[in-house]
Amino acid sequence: MFDWPLLQQNAPLLLGALWVTLQVSMAALVFGFVIGIVVGSLRLSPVPLLRRMGGAYIFVFRGIPLLVQLLFIYYFLPRVGLPNVSPTAAAIIGLSLAAGAYIAEIMRGGFLAIPGGQLEAAGLLGLSDAQMLMRIRVPQAVRLTLPALVNEMILLIKASSLVSVVGLADLTRTAQNLAASDYMFVQDYLMLAGFYCLINVPLAYAASLLERRLKERTA
Amino acid sequence: MNSLLIPGGKAPAPPYETTRETTRKSLDEPMKTNGEQSTVLTLSQVGKSFGNLRVLKGIELQVQRSEVVCLIGPSGSGKSTLLRSMAFLEEYDEGEIRIEGQLLGWQDTDKGRRRAPQSQINQVRRNVGMVFQQFNLWPHMTALGNVCEALRRVRKFSADEAKKRGMAMLEKVGLGHKAEAYPAQLSGGQQQRVAIARALAMEPHIMLFDEPTSALDPELVGEVLQVMKTLAKEGMTMVVVTHEMGFAAQVADSVIFLDQGEIVARGTPRQIFHNAEQPRLQQFLQNYLDRNAFWQDAKP
Ligand SMILES: Nc1ncnc2c1ncn2[C@@H]1O[C@H](COP(=O)(O)OP(=O)(O)OP(=O)(O)O)[C@@H](O)[C@H]1O
Ligand SMILES: [Mg+2]
Repeated sequence: MFDWPLLQQNAPLLLGALWVTLQVSMAALVFGFVIGIVVGSLRLSPVPLLRRMGGAYIFVFRGIPLLVQLLFIYYFLPRVGLPNVSPTAAAIIGLSLAAGAYIAEIMRGGFLAIPGGQLEAAGLLGLSDAQMLMRIRVPQAVRLTLPALVNEMILLIKASSLVSVVGLADLTRTAQNLAASDYMFVQDYLMLAGFYCLINVPLAYAASLLERRLKERTA
Repeated sequence: MNSLLIPGGKAPAPPYETTRETTRKSLDEPMKTNGEQSTVLTLSQVGKSFGNLRVLKGIELQVQRSEVVCLIGPSGSGKSTLLRSMAFLEEYDEGEIRIEGQLLGWQDTDKGRRRAPQSQINQVRRNVGMVFQQFNLWPHMTALGNVCEALRRVRKFSADEAKKRGMAMLEKVGLGHKAEAYPAQLSGGQQQRVAIARALAMEPHIMLFDEPTSALDPELVGEVLQVMKTLAKEGMTMVVVTHEMGFAAQVADSVIFLDQGEIVARGTPRQIFHNAEQPRLQQFLQNYLDRNAFWQDAKP
């Protein structure tokens, strides 16, 4: 059933594509995290307008399918005068914006779980809102929501398979190309699935270790 | 090390032998500190409502430097609201609160009273330290991290300076050896002492305590009260909401009895605890005695 020589020949190509997938996903995770912190704290702002802006962001980027967002960024934005975006940029922008919406909701939950007294104490000691966010709210929200955040990271890596629609040669697109030329669909797609598991399974495992370590220390 | 607690370096804390407790001849004699007798905190006609519920009414209060004022009163009488107003954690809506002469929280404009900008509020309450019933430590930072955080970020101390001051404060509350422990690894009493150290690190001129021992197991109350007694002896100005009548009797210069948002009685501990005249105060003290007089129920 398996063609081993062909498998050995294709594996390095997929490995290269895996690197592309990882780069795009990690970049999107970083930007999405920044967006998530900003939007998540907007959602809890005492200013109604800011709250509504945060809500609108989440409504839009969680409501529209990622595939549609990617197409929109890649094909429609250049039409309305925005400069041509490269496939890589389009992929990172699209994934970041969507991840930002999900991470914002996760962070909001994390922020809400922090007892208000901790922030009162911080404010009274003179910490600014920004300092409170970065020093007290975010570190704790991340600890409190670590499982959800890692889950989001895994979802993001899986969702990145959609970026092939903007022509980026990520893991999925590369496997499709290989299968289209050698007709070994089962073998190539099994290998594709294996590569995704190769990242996501250890990730989930590392997360559970980390979570246990943090629990021991702070709970 | 103790000099870190001297407010503004102006009124040096009296050396241990000449503290209030040893120099005062009786509890009824008003306290005198050497020289300066300035007012740290002034409340005039302070009121506060939550919706239709008026929880503070016409509060008049002055706290002198190095004075220890204890607030007592039944649950819901407004003690916390009053104390929190002194740090503008509650926006009082009538009257004035002044800290060392500066109006707290509000500013007068031609269109009436407006909330002051946050920077101004922070400036006015810069010298106010507060200790909460629930400690409110930051659980992701060590004891030392908790104490140093504001020194680093707000007072812009270098890492070394902050650590030095932070360790001094932890040692002051007897927790130098727990500097690297996280709050979850400390007992309630230890956590509360870290919280006190955190407030002291900022060299406050006045310390506010809201039932600092109410969340503690009985056997841990003593260590926290001991730290507070030491502070009082060193001349720290303190306002303490407490149910620990023993502490109030021993340490307070004046005791204020609050009921339904009003100051019903005030006086020296002796006047309040031994010569209570107001029926509401008598009732409150009687309840307290009944609850705490376990020996009367003991079988012979
Ligand atoms: N945020 C709030 N909103 C509405 N009502 C409040 C709020 N905070 C306090 N109150 C009410 O104000 C009154 C005074 O409350 P406060 O907490 O100051 O009492 P307290 O004397 O500290 O009581 P305790 O001894 O139980 O701590 C109570 O009737 C309480 O229900
Ligand atoms: Mg209270």
